[in-house]
This record gives sequence, C-alpha cells and structure tokens, in this order.
Amino acid sequence: MSDTAISVQHLVKRFGTTTVLDDITLQIPRGQVSCLIGPSGSGKSTLLRCMAFLEEATEGSIFIEGDPLGFVYDGTGKRQRQAASELRRVRSRIGMVFQQFNLWPHMTALGNVAAALRRVRGLSRSEAEAKALAQLTKVGLENRAGHYPSQLSGGQQQRVAIARALALEPKIMLFDEATSALDPELTGEVLNVMRGLAEEGMTMVVVTHEIGFAATVGSQLSFLDQGRLLFTGPPAEVFAKPRHPRLEQFLDTYLDRGASTLV
Amino acid sequence: MNFDLNVILSKQDELLYGIAVTIFVWVVGTLASAALGFVIATARRYGGVLVDRALAVPVEVIRGTPFLVQLFLLYFGGPYIGLSLDALPAGLLALSIYGSAYFSEIFRAGYQSVPPGHVEAAETLGFTRGQVIRVILLPEMALLVLPPSVNMAIILLKETALLSLITVPEMTMTASAIGSQEYAFVEAMLLLALTYWILVELAGLLGRLAEKKLSRYRLAKA
Repeated sequence: MSDTAISVQHLVKRFGTTTVLDDITLQIPRGQVSCLIGPSGSGKSTLLRCMAFLEEATEGSIFIEGDPLGFVYDGTGKRQRQAASELRRVRSRIGMVFQQFNLWPHMTALGNVAAALRRVRGLSRSEAEAKALAQLTKVGLENRAGHYPSQLSGGQQQRVAIARALALEPKIMLFDEATSALDPELTGEVLNVMRGLAEEGMTMVVVTHEIGFAATVGSQLSFLDQGRLLFTGPPAEVFAKPRHPRLEQFLDTYLDRGASTLV
Repeated sequence: MNFDLNVILSKQDELLYGIAVTIFVWVVGTLASAALGFVIATARRYGGVLVDRALAVPVEVIRGTPFLVQLFLLYFGGPYIGLSLDALPAGLLALSIYGSAYFSEIFRAGYQSVPPGHVEAAETLGFTRGQVIRVILLPEMALLVLPPSVNMAIILLKETALLSLITVPEMTMTASAIGSQEYAFVEAMLLLALTYWILVELAGLLGRLAEKKLSRYRLAKA
C-alpha cells in the first residue's frame, strides 16, 4: 500500500470564465492531518469538495487510494464519467463534515448516524442503531441519541455530523471549515473530537481558519491563494520562515491576534 | 312555491350514490394528480435542461387554460385522435392531468426548499438517488408541500362539479336532476353546497392532523 491517501493531479476548476483552482497537484499522506489554509475565495473549500466529488473538476484527476474518483480516462485520453456504483464505492472511503453540519432535521441524532448503516450497508435497524450509538459515544453524545438536531447546540450538531461521517468507517475524513459556524467555546469541543481522531491515526484533510489547530495537529500544511497552491510543507517550516510573501502577509493577520504564542 | 328539503332528502339513495361518485373521482383524481405531479417535478429536477424545458410547456398550457375547456377537448376531441373514453375515465384523466400541473409546481418548490448540503451529506455517504429522494428529500419537504397540497385537493374537489357536464353521475349532476324533476332546484343546490363544504372541511381537518404529525420534530423541546 502506498503512503498516499489522496492524490490530486493537475486539477483545474473553472466556473464559467473564472478559474477557481489553477493546476493543483497535491499528495495527501496516509494517517496524517493535512490542513488547507488560505484567505476566503482562495479555492481551498472547492479543492476539498472536489476530493468528495461534490464539485466536478474541469481538468485533471483525483485518486483515492489509487482509484480514480468521478472520472476515468479511456485509451485515447478522453474523460468519461465513472459509473454511479463505482463512484459510490470509491466515495465510501471518504467521510465529509460540513461547515453547516447538514444534519437531516427529521431524524434524531441516532437516526442521522444510523441512516447510512441501514440504507448503504443494509444493516437491520437494531444492528445499525447499536453501531450508531457506539459512534455517538465516541463523540461524547450517547445521552443525546434521541434528540433532534433542533434540540442540540451547534457544537453538538457538528459532533453528531462527525459521528455520522464515521459510521461507515471511512479511511479518510474531510472537514470543510467544520468550526466556522461555531462560537469559540463550541469550537473547542469539536476540535477536541478532531484531535482524538488524529491521535487514532485517521487520515484527515482539514480546511480551516484555526491556525492554532493547523500548527499543533497538522503534519502537512498547504496554502492556497487565488486558486493556486503556493506552498505545501510541515507547519513548523511555514510558521518559522514563511517563504512566500503572500503567505507571510496572510499569517501576519493571525500573528497580530496573538497566534505567535501557539507556534 | 315552498322551501322544502324533504322532497330532496326523500331521494337519498340517488344522492348518496352521487356523493360516492364525487368522493371516488376526487380521491383517485387527487392521488393520481399528486403522483403524476411528483414524477414531473422529479424528471424536471434530474432529467437535465432539455427535459426540464420540454416539461415546462405542458405545465404552462394546462395552468393557462380553463379546466372545463380541457375536459371538453379530451372528451369530445379525444375520438378524433382515437381516444374514445367513457365519461368517468375521461373525467378522471382530465382531472388528473389538470391537477398534476399544479402538483408538479408544488413539488418543484418542495425540492428547492431542501438545502443542497443535506443532499450532499447523503451523497458522500453513498446513498443512491432513489434513497436520497425517499429518505431525505420527500420527508424534509413534506411539511412545506402539505398546505398547498391540501389547497389543491380542495380546488380539485370543486372542479369535479364540472364533470357533470360530460355526464359523469357525480353529486352535482344528481342534485341538478333531482332538483329539476321535483321543482326544488334551490333546495338541491343548497344541499349540494353544504355537502361540498363538509368535504372541504374534512380535507382541511385531515391536512391539519398530518401537519401536526409531520411537524413533531420541529416542535420538539430542547
């Protein structure tokens, strides 16, 4: 098995005439936390969404554990859509956590986590709920199993969403600004769950504005600006001596707010 | 001339039969409308731009012309294109087509009301399209589409009165006939109005009960 969980190759994404991602090539190492940082509109969320095939790249390819995601190239180099069943198979190795949680409001916390176990894995209701309860316990919410999303705080909702994404035992977890909709106190509880996952050796790709998290938990940090990948490397290197003027400028805004104490 | 309801009520067997036909046409027509409307809305959502545009045309035509005209065209015009239907099936078909155009718009709004992220969450977990529709979209839109659907059911009930004009033996036709024969037309119409109104209230009641059941998750206390 190779050490690369996700391989992004020459990825280009355009919306009309706007180029959102400009020739991105990036390797996500297995068992580590890779963070994508950058200003708003830099394309980091779009890149992450491409890794879940929620956005279709205009050019280039993405491989999940060596298997193509979304598109396959035939002998003549022409791109074709992957069969729906194959896409589901490759996607099933990925768990996605969204900024807006995206819990299903008509299901309880337990129902949200159990849904995929029943519908996708085909488990019986009792089996699915037993497994779902174990995931809720992992994020510390076993006593909220019967609550609807509307009865939970933002932080609790996001932890349920993490449990839901973990239910199918994915190999890779993608976090799209998972704490951006939360106040600092609730952010902490979600980051703790994410830290726990990282310690277990989960492969994680994290789009975040939490520079402190990126610096302390991340083992690879990528900086995007205006659709270009300007830097990829270990956090220490980034924070110690920013090489790119745009990255330096970006980090200054954080250092101004006292983030230097974190690194 | 005296106002005398007894003349009408003495024909209760005929009246009850008429009421039964009305309820049958209404319930079957509404269910068929809703089912067809859902299929149209779903095809427009998932079928690509061409299907969406192609289906927009009949929906606009049906919403843009009176039901009575559509009914006459189907019943009297149908035979010209080899579609000779008896009054009841013709009436049911016309009602279903008419209602489906409106229901398709109700479901289109329903689809649009569900945040795309809720669908994305299901897709990344490997739900098939059918599962996304059945497990996520339909239950989430249910509360929103229920009030306009009840509204539409009420409108369709009242449109069934027009089926009397192509000789479907529903309650308007029955009441008109009895009223004329017995020289008690006003009494017949009054009774007819009361019956429609009771059925409408019944539909409203069922709708409110369903709404209460469906909104349980929203009203759940923290």
